[in-house]
Amino acid sequence: MSLLELDNVGASYGAAPVLHGVSFSVEENDAAGILGANGAGKSTTLRAISGMVTTTGSIRFDGRDITGMRPDKIARLGIAHVPEGRGTLGDLSVRDNLRVGAFQQRDRKTVADDIEYCLDLFPNLRARIGSNASTLSGGEQQMLAIARGIMAKPRLILLDEASLGLAPSTAQNVYATIGRLRSEAGVSMVIVEQNAALAFRVVDHAIVLETGRISLQGPREKLMGMDEVRRAYLGG
Amino acid sequence: MAYFIQLIVEGLATGSIYGALALAIVLVNRSTGMINFAQGAMAVLATFVAYALTESGTPLLVAIVVAFVFAFLSGAVVERVIVRKFEGGDPDTAVVVTIGLLTLFTGIAAAFFGYEPHPFPSLFPAESIDILGVFISLRSLGTIIVLLLVMVLLQSLFRVTKMGLAMRAVADNPQSASLSGLPVSRLLMIGWGLAAGLGSIAGVLVAPQLFISPSMLDFALVYALAAAILGGLDSPFGAVIAAWTIGIVENLAGAYVSFIGDDLKIAVPFIMVMIVLAVRPQGLFGRKVVVRV
Repeated sequence: MSLLELDNVGASYGAAPVLHGVSFSVEENDAAGILGANGAGKSTTLRAISGMVTTTGSIRFDGRDITGMRPDKIARLGIAHVPEGRGTLGDLSVRDNLRVGAFQQRDRKTVADDIEYCLDLFPNLRARIGSNASTLSGGEQQMLAIARGIMAKPRLILLDEASLGLAPSTAQNVYATIGRLRSEAGVSMVIVEQNAALAFRVVDHAIVLETGRISLQGPREKLMGMDEVRRAYLGG
Repeated sequence: MAYFIQLIVEGLATGSIYGALALAIVLVNRSTGMINFAQGAMAVLATFVAYALTESGTPLLVAIVVAFVFAFLSGAVVERVIVRKFEGGDPDTAVVVTIGLLTLFTGIAAAFFGYEPHPFPSLFPAESIDILGVFISLRSLGTIIVLLLVMVLLQSLFRVTKMGLAMRAVADNPQSASLSGLPVSRLLMIGWGLAAGLGSIAGVLVAPQLFISPSMLDFALVYALAAAILGGLDSPFGAVIAAWTIGIVENLAGAYVSFIGDDLKIAVPFIMVMIVLAVRPQGLFGRKVVVRV
């Protein structure tokens, strides 16, 4: 049984359909990538998984049907969605953002240890621990958004455009940490990324979306060797 | 001098009533971004519940607790059933909806209890105490202490408890909060419930002076709005300080500035609001919204 299974999933905003019959699965300890151009439906796929858009078809997590479930319930099952645009809580301090991430944890000691772990992963956040999230730089906000996701101790992280708007070196840093997180915490991931070269550093396999439909899918090596993928997403 | 201090204490006491209502307005605004024009009318209905209970022989303190619970539940139900549909939508629509609620609640109170004012018992004795030649009424003192307690409790709820943290998170970004597993809809209901509960406290504090009638808090609501805006709309502490300032300035101006007197003193807080907002658009204690681009 796969950890996450999408079967013939469709999604629409109002009357405008965005996804058509998308099916793929993610195994335990697996990292899957979703590639595609702007408007191809990458973010919508993640929003469908975390319950933020109305969907058709079926989405199963750990064998359980989560189609149509409320986002907070899905989050409590162990799915952390780090949304595009980061979605940090601007008026709350960095520490409070992390505590919100750990909302389901009851043990204070565990929460304190997890905050320490996050500050080790993202040392930049340590100096800013008391500052409001809105005062952080774009890179720091992205780190905080990921850290907040980690605080929930999820089994699956959905990561949306983590490199967007970041300086190339910062983006490299963020992805290095994501790679470290994968190997250390063994958490499964679905990574949406326009910068395919970055995504391929972490994912094992990927799907390519075109106007809401899967046009290609396969293991990383196979996709990286394909001319159309190289031309469209890897800069030649 | 004694008279001056008396005016200040009375101003603080009236300001405390505005303050309780202003706290309710701030709470709703922080959690849902709306301004609830029905806050006063909801409070009056809850106060009427306390009134009906005392009339039937229930001890005052018990009646007040029941009124608070009634207010909490009715606030939560109003959020769930009516307000939910308009949250995060057009602010103009929200204004019309809460003004609609204002007329609805005033109408319900009038249908059951009529428009004529009824006397309401006070929690505090009517005597005054003499502190170094200054006569201070126990009622004023009690009102001020109750508001201080409420403010401290509210501040600790937000700063110390996990539920307070969750409520701040929901107020900041409901979508992100739900992605962290926070039960957003339940928290919004609690926010509205707490606000209505605060309103009921303002209601039972002011009813002994004004006598209870469906429109008892109409004036107070206008002052409370002024206080909430002056204080910065997102700051409980700012709302209370602003409410006190309004209470004191209104009282002093009415007594000492001859052309203002009792008739014009109602305009004083609004002139203050206009001057403050012209200089500091975010209010006295509000945070300036800084957007990174």
